[in-house]
Amino acid sequence: MDTFVQQLINGLNIGAIYALIALGYTMVYGILRLINFAHGDVYMVGAFAGYFIALSLGLAAAPSFLSLALILLASMIIAALVGMIIERFAYRPVRKYSRMTTLIMAIGVSLLIENLFVARIGAAPRAFPDFLGSQSQLPYRLFGNAAISKAQIVIFLVSIALMLILQWIVYKTKVGTAMRAVSFNLNSAKLMGINTDAIISLTFAIGSALAAAGGVLTAQYNPNIDPLMGILTGLKAFVAAVLGGIGNIPGAVLGGLLIGAAETFVVGYGQNIGIASTYRDAVAFAILILVLLIRPSGLLGSTVQEKV
Amino acid sequence: MPTFVKRILGLVIVVGLLVGANAWMGREGLFGFGLPYYYAEILNLTGISVILAVSLNLITGFTGQFSIGHAGFMAVGAYSSVFMTVYYSEGAERWLTSLIGATLAQSLVFLGVIIFGALVAALAGLVVGIPSLRLRGDYLAIVTLGFAEIIRIIILNIDRVGGATGFRGRVPPWDGRAIIPQYANFIWIGGFAVITIVVVYNIVNSDIGRALISIREDELAAEAMGINTTRYKVLSFVISSSFAGIAGALFGHFRQFLHTNDFQFIRSIEIIIMIVLGGMGSITGAVLGAIVITILPELLRKLPGDLYGYRLVIYSALLILIMLTRPQGVMGAKEFGLSWLKRAQRRPEGDKPVGEKGVPIAQQSSSPALEQPKEIEHR
Amino acid sequence: MKRTLFAVLSITTLFFSFACERRGDVASGAGTGPIVVGYYGDLSGRTSSFGQSTKNGVEMAADEINKAGGINGRQVQILTEDDQGEPNKAATVVTKLINQDKVVALLGEVASSNTLAAAPKAQEAKVPMISPSSTNATVTQVGDYIFRVCFIDPFQGEVMAKFSANNLKAKRAAILYDFNSDYSRGLYQVFKRSFTTLGGQVVAEKSYTQGDRDFSGQLTSIRAANPDVIYVPGYYGEVGVISNQTKQLGIKAPLLGGDGWDAPQLWQLGGASLNGNYISNHYSVDDPSPAIQKFVGDFKGRYGVQPDALAALGYDAMKVLADAIKRAGTTENTKLRDAIAQTKDFPGVTGKITIDKDRNAVKPAVVLKLQDGRFVYATTISPEGSTPVASSTASPAGAASPAQ
Repeated sequence: MDTFVQQLINGLNIGAIYALIALGYTMVYGILRLINFAHGDVYMVGAFAGYFIALSLGLAAAPSFLSLALILLASMIIAALVGMIIERFAYRPVRKYSRMTTLIMAIGVSLLIENLFVARIGAAPRAFPDFLGSQSQLPYRLFGNAAISKAQIVIFLVSIALMLILQWIVYKTKVGTAMRAVSFNLNSAKLMGINTDAIISLTFAIGSALAAAGGVLTAQYNPNIDPLMGILTGLKAFVAAVLGGIGNIPGAVLGGLLIGAAETFVVGYGQNIGIASTYRDAVAFAILILVLLIRPSGLLGSTVQEKV
Repeated sequence: MPTFVKRILGLVIVVGLLVGANAWMGREGLFGFGLPYYYAEILNLTGISVILAVSLNLITGFTGQFSIGHAGFMAVGAYSSVFMTVYYSEGAERWLTSLIGATLAQSLVFLGVIIFGALVAALAGLVVGIPSLRLRGDYLAIVTLGFAEIIRIIILNIDRVGGATGFRGRVPPWDGRAIIPQYANFIWIGGFAVITIVVVYNIVNSDIGRALISIREDELAAEAMGINTTRYKVLSFVISSSFAGIAGALFGHFRQFLHTNDFQFIRSIEIIIMIVLGGMGSITGAVLGAIVITILPELLRKLPGDLYGYRLVIYSALLILIMLTRPQGVMGAKEFGLSWLKRAQRRPEGDKPVGEKGVPIAQQSSSPALEQPKEIEHR
Repeated sequence: MKRTLFAVLSITTLFFSFACERRGDVASGAGTGPIVVGYYGDLSGRTSSFGQSTKNGVEMAADEINKAGGINGRQVQILTEDDQGEPNKAATVVTKLINQDKVVALLGEVASSNTLAAAPKAQEAKVPMISPSSTNATVTQVGDYIFRVCFIDPFQGEVMAKFSANNLKAKRAAILYDFNSDYSRGLYQVFKRSFTTLGGQVVAEKSYTQGDRDFSGQLTSIRAANPDVIYVPGYYGEVGVISNQTKQLGIKAPLLGGDGWDAPQLWQLGGASLNGNYISNHYSVDDPSPAIQKFVGDFKGRYGVQPDALAALGYDAMKVLADAIKRAGTTENTKLRDAIAQTKDFPGVTGKITIDKDRNAVKPAVVLKLQDGRFVYATTISPEGSTPVASSTASPAGAASPAQ
């Protein structure tokens, strides 16, 4: 039993990160019907922004929760800027073109970011500094063998806090209402006097900030960061968004947690039914295919009829 | 001259050129002069890229279905054909050699495994296509990507084809050939490139092709006109994936080493870049794109500075630039043909950006059925 | 029609004109001029520490040789290629080194999977290849032109099994191996076999893929099996994180590993969580023997860091190659190959190197303990049996019998 709980904790931990990234995907898709391929790379940019800030300010020498919070904030801001730049210069000019064009553009941007990083700082992984003492501190025991580490607790708390803030923004502020209006129908929102371009920029900014938070948090749990870390994680987060119902914010969170849990359970228990733990990455894709076959609108999404 | 004589003459010329080129690339060279090994390899890889680009163009450029999992089908074709060669072909080859001599026997065996690879890839195309092709553009893209990754991970887990080490010959304890024989040379690769171009050209200019293009232009309208869009989409997908399988088989027997790292997502993207660069509705464009993208890295190596290390940055910047300035690629939907010169005298084709209904960027006013009925005669 | 014909003809002519050469066989490298040796390794990928470190050792050796007058009067020139740690790329760069650069011999690779991909090319072209540190048994089985100067995994896996059973008195072992690596899988199987032969029990066997970021699923299962030790024969990039996550799950059992752990990044990733773990390795920096201390001093002076086992093996590989060229008196491939095969009692910094009939080097292994950022010498285990010695003489205790 305690093993099961442990696996659950582990799964929800990764899931929280997927959820943070999935939120970005789902918000952008809700507004623009665009799969922002470059979103996974923003997660990577966030992690590296945190890394370089920590290194240049010498914060690694005196690790503390405060310095982690500082780095988190800084990387979120940087990522928000990056997201807005991508939107303004890459996506906005091709918005009026066909879907394929925008998708190819998104792929191009994603590749550009990844390979710029690889070319400039190398593909070899770096070690993100440890601010929570995960390398030396023992975890907190729950019961039996089940334990939760400090890093995991921080990841949970910060993710929940960020999601609650997002929820507040979207449902309790004027800006949030504008965002919802734009995702409902862009042209009507324009007619109502909403500055849709600004709202779109803001959506990208928020989504990117969340992804960056995911990047910095995950680096505390696994300090291994490299320029290509965003590809697979980004794809899985996208699957999470689809699973929950793309365009649906609570759906993204649910999807993220479910994918994280599914992955961990397959790795932990899969051997008993013949699935090696090396099929871990295939799990997310398999779920994607199932969802799209059985219920394409996702768990919490609603079916939309296509009008001619 | 009657058409069939023209055709046979054309065939003889093409085969002659291929044999000559192949000799020129071989150890002894043509009359003692040969192409350095390095360039020969590039030429061969270009040939394989052409097959991949033209086949992807069929499903993505002409049918408008965005597939970014092409590398998966290439992998399927590569591994299945090499599997046959390594484990099951020795006996057949020996028997055939006693009948018709070594070279002919090898060629027959090779042809056999290529067809096998193509069939398995076609089957994979069917399996992937049927559920996926009812999805809309961007979803289809992700699903094809997902399938390609799943295929790759499955192959990675099969020990008998080398798994994580790579496939270079039999894996003990199974019995078979110790090394993958190098059956593929430029005659084969060039030959299949020509075959691919001819086949796709013929498909595009037939009834099937017109149905595919109509699906690309407006799927709902096509459905309303009575075209079974699912059937045509799946057909196009299967044909496209079988050619990818052929390319894979050729690749495997050329490199004599297979590893799943060669079939990752980035490989699918490279093929996409080829057809985007060349123009998604144009076979000539696909060929052009394939040549440029395969040769570009080698050119970069020659230039000063570490441009070769930046080649992926250059590709992605190129992709973005093309999307910003000329999304229909170099050739648009035009072909390089004899009427090219005549067409240039007509009124300039408008390269309109398109509205939000989802009409694909490859639309040009040269869609035969729609705006210039006179075009049909010149094809 | 005329224009098209013209275009086609001009392109074809261009083609033919710019790139023709007289054909013949691959040059066998005899003669004067520099001796060109090809080195290939991971210089920019996930395991770049291995490739870089080995390269440093190779180059330092080459420089020493050149300063002393070269080999038979000819200078050594090292041509380096980066394979980014990928087997398919390793095959490609080796083909290029052989066909285009016409190297007389190859040094590389570190990771067995990459060597296995490249070796057939070398064997086919009959170019001698010496791997500095590929330990998987099948590497030298590719053919008689493939050699190595390190011990092999059937021995290395046994070393840790013996150490666990005899020195750590472990009865239950769990194994977490890298599915993608021949090295890791080979060690896993040998360890399992040896450990059970010594009376122990393997209670859990889990795997991961290189590049995985999360191991909590596997580690939780392992924790439930309650092992005394956990054997993690993987590479430093994942092992550092695994060690970290092991502590975060409250697992107290020490981790054991092999030479794949040896990289400075290991400590950056795992930090204090690595303390108390053990690895088997090729040599110890603490070894007081004057030859080794001189090597360590020279290396540190030149590169600013202490040489790890991979650098030491790279150094030895280059020196062994040079010695063979000198003995053969030529760089002609068949004679060079035979000279390498006849290497006997060559004094390397990683021990006395004798190439046996399987083209492997028979040497003892050291077991090192990880403590506060350093690999501290614990004991030496020789091919015949365990030498329970707490002293710091790491010289081989006679290396005549083949390891098995």
